[in-house]
Amino acid sequence: MEVLARLAAAAADPAEAKNIAAAGSAGFAYGLAAIGPGIGIGIIFGNAIEAMARQPEAAGMVRTTMFLGIAFTEALALIGFVVFILLKYA
Amino acid sequence: MTSDQPSPFTTGLTGPAPEMSVSRDLVKRGLLVLPLLCLVAGVIWGMNGAYSCAFAVALVLLNFLLAALIMAWTAPISLALMMGASLFGYLARLGLIFLAVMVVKDFSWVSLQALGCTIIVTHLGLLFWELKYISASLAFPGLKPGKQESSPIQP
Repeated sequence: MEVLARLAAAAADPAEAKNIAAAGSAGFAYGLAAIGPGIGIGIIFGNAIEAMARQPEAAGMVRTTMFLGIAFTEALALIGFVVFILLKYA
Repeated sequence: MTSDQPSPFTTGLTGPAPEMSVSRDLVKRGLLVLPLLCLVAGVIWGMNGAYSCAFAVALVLLNFLLAALIMAWTAPISLALMMGASLFGYLARLGLIFLAVMVVKDFSWVSLQALGCTIIVTHLGLLFWELKYISASLAFPGLKPGKQESSPIQP
């Protein structure tokens, strides 16, 4: 009921409606920005574990490459997070 | 998968953890450039920018350390556990960064522009810088010889 009341109030006040839309869009964009890196990290891990299981003597090399790959992929999520923070609060 | 292949559910990795040496090296480099980053942020955004920059660098370095710790802790137990822990660790670390920024965002010394820019620049900058010092060979799986702390793995 509270949500409906806020929506009704927002419909009456365009500035409030704009604020609500901006907050929702920023949160939605952050969620979308986190999905891609999540899929990327899953692919990196899946392939790295297959490589380590097939060739355990190369596990150290694979782990180093995997760690860096994950860190680079995470940068995408961090960029999404920073854009969200700047759009929402700055 | 045939029965003679090792199962990732029961296979653990023994030996040193190269990601720990890489992340320690990242932290060392991050602490080296911290004064310079604070200075630049201070020039652009003032004292609040410098404080926010220091906070952002601390967040990024803790993020690297936590990622490496999770991998190093779970790798000797099983590969599947390492995968699960790291994937959920990714979500948990993103959540921790989100929480840390949400906690401080209303403080008087926080400049969100400085905080955000420093997070991205430090994260990517340190990684690209670290690539120069990564060996990733069979003999030296982590850092290049002379840069690492432990002796190489003997085949």
